[in-house]
Amino acid sequence: MANVKEEYDVLVVGAGHAGCEAALACARLGLETIMFTVSVESIAMMPCNPNIGGSSKGHLVREVDALGGEMGKNIDKTFIQSKMLNKSKGPAVHSLRAQADKQDYSREMRITLENTEHLTIRQAEVSELMVKDNVITGAKTFSGAEYHTKAVILCTGTYLKARCIYGDVSNPTGPNGLQAANHLTDSLKSLGIEMYRFKTGTPARVDKRSIDFSKMEEQLGDEVIVPFSFSTNPDDIQKEQVSCWLTYTNERTHQIIKDNLDRSPLYSGMIEGTGPRYCPSIEDKVVRFADKNRHQVFIEPEGNYTNEMYLGGMSSSLPEDVQYEMYRTVPGLENVKIVRNAYAIEYDCINPRQLKPTLEFKNIKGLFSGGQFNGSSGYEEAAAQGLIAGINASMEILGREQIILDRSQAYIGVLIDDLVTKENHEPYRMMTSRAEYRLILRQDNADLRLSKIGYEVGLVPEDVYKKVELKERLINEEIERLEKITVGAGKEISLFLEKNGSTPLKTGSNLAELIKRPELDYEKLGEFDEKRPQIPKDVIEQININLKYEGYIKRQLKQVEQYKKLENKKLSENFDYSQITGLRNEAKQKLNMYKPLSIGQASRISGVSPADISVLLIYLEQQRRK
Amino acid sequence: MYKTDTIAAISTAMSNSGIGIIRISGEDAFIIADKIFTPFKGSRKIEDAVSHTIHYGYIMDKGKVVDEVLLMVMKSPNTYTRENVVEINSHGGILVMQKILRLILESGARCAEPGEFTKRAFLNGRIDLSQAEAVINVINAKNDMALDMSVNQLKGSISKKVVGIRENILHEIAYIEAALDDPEHYNMEDYGIELKPKLIEIREELQNLLDTADNGRIVTEGIKTVILGKPNVGKSSLMNSLLGEDRAIVTDIAGTTRDILEENIRINGISLNIIDTAGIRDTEDIVEKIGVDRAKNLASTADLIIMVLDSSVPIDDDDREIINIIENKKAIILLNKSDLDMVTSVDNVKEISDNFSNGHDKKIITVSIKENKGIDILTETVKDMFYTGDISYNDEVYLTSERHKSAISDSINSLNCVIESIESGMPEDFFTIDLMNAYETMGTIIGEQVGDDLVNEIFSKFCMGK
Repeated sequence: MANVKEEYDVLVVGAGHAGCEAALACARLGLETIMFTVSVESIAMMPCNPNIGGSSKGHLVREVDALGGEMGKNIDKTFIQSKMLNKSKGPAVHSLRAQADKQDYSREMRITLENTEHLTIRQAEVSELMVKDNVITGAKTFSGAEYHTKAVILCTGTYLKARCIYGDVSNPTGPNGLQAANHLTDSLKSLGIEMYRFKTGTPARVDKRSIDFSKMEEQLGDEVIVPFSFSTNPDDIQKEQVSCWLTYTNERTHQIIKDNLDRSPLYSGMIEGTGPRYCPSIEDKVVRFADKNRHQVFIEPEGNYTNEMYLGGMSSSLPEDVQYEMYRTVPGLENVKIVRNAYAIEYDCINPRQLKPTLEFKNIKGLFSGGQFNGSSGYEEAAAQGLIAGINASMEILGREQIILDRSQAYIGVLIDDLVTKENHEPYRMMTSRAEYRLILRQDNADLRLSKIGYEVGLVPEDVYKKVELKERLINEEIERLEKITVGAGKEISLFLEKNGSTPLKTGSNLAELIKRPELDYEKLGEFDEKRPQIPKDVIEQININLKYEGYIKRQLKQVEQYKKLENKKLSENFDYSQITGLRNEAKQKLNMYKPLSIGQASRISGVSPADISVLLIYLEQQRRK
Repeated sequence: MYKTDTIAAISTAMSNSGIGIIRISGEDAFIIADKIFTPFKGSRKIEDAVSHTIHYGYIMDKGKVVDEVLLMVMKSPNTYTRENVVEINSHGGILVMQKILRLILESGARCAEPGEFTKRAFLNGRIDLSQAEAVINVINAKNDMALDMSVNQLKGSISKKVVGIRENILHEIAYIEAALDDPEHYNMEDYGIELKPKLIEIREELQNLLDTADNGRIVTEGIKTVILGKPNVGKSSLMNSLLGEDRAIVTDIAGTTRDILEENIRINGISLNIIDTAGIRDTEDIVEKIGVDRAKNLASTADLIIMVLDSSVPIDDDDREIINIIENKKAIILLNKSDLDMVTSVDNVKEISDNFSNGHDKKIITVSIKENKGIDILTETVKDMFYTGDISYNDEVYLTSERHKSAISDSINSLNCVIESIESGMPEDFFTIDLMNAYETMGTIIGEQVGDDLVNEIFSKFCMGK
């Protein structure tokens, strides 16, 4: 029997948020790319929360956009509500979040994919990798078709040996009842890849007509909508928005949960996978935070053309009857009708320690991976990794230098460094507290930070990059100009300062200094600045931030300098650490396990002490001089 | 860790003898020297001085002379570390040297890590390749010792306080971060108003720690003194007598060997860690093989040994054994029980110890601990030995203590930055930057790195997510 045999440059397994970015990046860079999915209908599906962005995740979307990825543009086309979170806090933690029309989001992404040259979409289950001499040569589908490729990118999400569970019901399917991928795990294991089993969950979707919104608080979107993508014109996306709704659980809800804990698969031991601590099921919250007498429930629309509503905050794997009972204790949900049950999902993923920071497997050349398969969680985390995996697979095939973003360049850098360097026992979620240099890694300056890299890679068009260059120049020139405009302690300024609740000037100052005052800003000081040039809003925003937080930013830049010194001390991937005398045994083991690429990365491995790092430095110097 | 900031340490043995050298190395060495040094003549700055020259002048603290010193200027790269180096030759004794080091640290240098000068010398190509192994050994040895110091010497109650303060700080950070990550769930309006008094309280606690630290109490810093002797010669009585009525107990270290009692006392301003080997008594019925071994061990690491003999009985083999142990150590021999008929005399002891190559070093004092006679001579002798440099502190202990103090005062500075941020109306996310600094810095005192502490705290204390 003759099997299908085809050749491509890159094969992408999975068409979720990681797979889409990976495939688009490769195809846009001119590589013949084939993307596999178990169901073409599930491209860019959002099987859990109906939103994109949020604290620190919004940063990731902006960074993906600045590097030439698709997620930001796609949500700008399909959002139904938008909100900038933390607006009253510092600029580093402002974070954009948009409710998506799920159907629309998926459809728009599919249109983009289908209209991208060099990209082929194929519905089939990839069941086996082909590897020769530790180099990937392609993959086989369950039907026996062979695809010979130079690189494979695994973005299998939650589909590997997936199992959906609630109560004593266990369905061997992927999310939303879609077909699971049951064969690839064995192929990966036979290649020596270490697998983990993780778990996550989702709440029920309910019928809007069965909800009494009068008992809930309405949550509106922002009056002025800010787009995710730097290339979306804000004027084009101002539109009418839909509302979300807030309600709360109560003692009665909690009692029902407590009474039925023995029927939860989590507590009965039916679920083996490790679940995330940051996204606990409602039964988890009730047990772990027993002192809280209520928890928030956000009711979020799934789209414009559906009655389904998402019950944010009440994910669960309790039996169907308990789900009905507990949901109906919540004000406004007394008569609620469930459309889809809440469930927990278990799936296979890898221990990401096996990856390089380029997202290529250390032991198999040409094999890359991204998304939940790497032990992360979230659409945005997935998209970010998919993009990097796609870029680096392409760079490898094209014989160009691969990119590694470091912790001082991007949240994406923090995300990947954490995944490949730290021990990770639960689905990894991005958080702003994980970014030690977050004052520099703001969502408002992602374009300034990363467009150059995106342009050099070839994913950001020249005109877009030129605009960013211009923006940067305008910011610097204008700050320089402001520093030179002196302001005397005259009568006019005294009156102005008094009016704005600002302390009077004792001696002369300049405009840059005055902008630093919390109660003043660039716009307010316009009347003392006759020769002010016409500059765009986003430039003004940067000027205000740069001047107002100058002290803090400078301090972080100094820390970054120290950090970079260690990052720039490179270690070879082929080091045998057991030969270095003076290293403690634990350090030798860990270093051999992780094979860090720099002294900096080595210092972040748990079990490697500062004294071990000293020994490594001396060893390096010794080698250098030999 | 590889850092290139400016470091300082006392680089000679910590004793009161002769001259001590304090070394500064790093880019800012000269700038720092200029902050504390005033030349005898003229007003030439160290920064402008010619390399490899010696300068005579004063170390000044707020307009007051601390010491008269010789200061050596050596410019990069022809120095031990290949960095800018300043060496200050002081002859003011141990307290003055400590004071000078403190001034240097306050002027912007960091207390050197164990073996750090050597490490820099090597990394900057100053030390020969063949010595790499030796360098690693120095770093490891010094580091082990410092670790040992910071863990074992740290007073239990202080360690507890540091842990408690860190927990409080971490909790505040976690609250703020949880609210930033999940702003619709945790409300942070006016959180600064709530936080400020808490920080002021923590700052006070830290200040208290620092004040006690200035009395040398944060680390049991002192001359390791071991009391040796057969059972029932009066070792414990001596200990009690030295401790006196107002027992100046600084520490009671619960070591692994519970049977060894360790106390810290001050004699004429000199700090002694006195180790009483009284616990050996458990085995006194049999010939004390184990006891002797243990005493040998202790004696080998002691800075000073006080041996107690019972003068009312003749010297026996056990006494001779102990005298053998102390052959090469700084030691004082006490002839106790002078209130009874003296059978053993000073001369008898001398006869034995004179056979030793350096036997004449041993001071022999006749005392009656029971009647409190001769104890004053003992304390005078200890004082003399210290001031003539016969005995000295372990410098690593002192440096550890100094690092702890810097860590505490750095933490106080970080808290001040947070308070300033609150007062100037900065948003909450700025608070955690300096709070984290304080948390991290304090971790160095108890030898803990930050790792995933924050993320764990957020998840365990705050209910996050969808």
